[in-house]
Amino acid sequence: MEFDDRAPIYTQIMDLIKRQIAVGELKVGQQLPSVRDLAQQVVVNPNTVQKAYLELEREGYVATQRGMGTFVSGDRGTVDLMRQGLARDIVATYVAGMRSLGYGPEEVAAMAAETARKEKK
Amino acid sequence: MSMLVEISSLTKRYIGTSALSDITLEVPEGHIMGLLGPNGSGKTTLMKILAGLVSPTSGSVLVDGMVPGVRTKAIVSFLPDVNHLDRWMSVGEAGDFYADFYHDFDRKRFEELLAIMRLTAGQKIGSLSRGMVEKARLSLVFSRRARLYILDEPFGGLDPLARTQVLDALVANFRADCSMILSTQMVADVERFFDDVVFLDNGRVVLAGEAEDLRTRRGASIEDIYREVYGHVEAR
Repeated sequence: MEFDDRAPIYTQIMDLIKRQIAVGELKVGQQLPSVRDLAQQVVVNPNTVQKAYLELEREGYVATQRGMGTFVSGDRGTVDLMRQGLARDIVATYVAGMRSLGYGPEEVAAMAAETARKEKK
Repeated sequence: MSMLVEISSLTKRYIGTSALSDITLEVPEGHIMGLLGPNGSGKTTLMKILAGLVSPTSGSVLVDGMVPGVRTKAIVSFLPDVNHLDRWMSVGEAGDFYADFYHDFDRKRFEELLAIMRLTAGQKIGSLSRGMVEKARLSLVFSRRARLYILDEPFGGLDPLARTQVLDALVANFRADCSMILSTQMVADVERFFDDVVFLDNGRVVLAGEAEDLRTRRGASIEDIYREVYGHVEAR
């Protein structure tokens, strides 16, 4: 996996897992890979993966059952909220980009709708 | 968190020059520490002191609570920066040699590592390319179930592919009950393995901290910070 070394690596691992939960690649109740396996998979220090898991647990996205492993916690509702959160981030980036080109709110909405319609066809 | 290495006010002087001045640092158990700095900054001297090969002029050095010597050599696996294997030996004989010397040498692990590194026991050290010798040396060092691994420029003679193999082996082998100190000029390739980094310049610690903390506070990679700290000295 490609990381940006200018930002903390554990937050990037957290974002990766949150995203997998939001889009359903990791389902509620599903077990996360072990710290060692994920460290080997993405080739980083195991302590960094451990820190990402601890922070995800602190934020309530996962829960660790001693001796069992780490599992995705929450329910459908919280997963939907996460997905909406990610969507809002993407929209904010799009809107800011359009505003910097001088487009107003109506044009921003119209062009998004038009592109979405074309994609659908 | 218990400290596997404790160094306090360490100074090493050779006649006429000072190699290390007033070094104080700790390595927690389970951590990987990157020892960074240009040539001549004191990295090799510091590693040799920890390996028990050079004695300090003043200050205190403890490895797992012991002064470096015969007892610490049994728990420290050291990779020197120059080839320490005899050319007439085969890779397998070098393994026998290590097994005789070190009780923590794991033959099964050695065979696994040779397979990962694409080496065979019958090959003579003298017939290997520089990169292959490097991989044989690393296989030996990682085959010991040591408490402390000290690796001086472990990526020196390796091409990018071999570097990836070594890094994979490094992650696969790392355990929570050991620590690792490694020096490298290839900061960009290895920085995501460091828990802690120490920047040395002219035998002094000029910057030290947790890698993730430094990235957060400076919004920069460890390599960027390296360039900043050493100015014109290029990271290779």
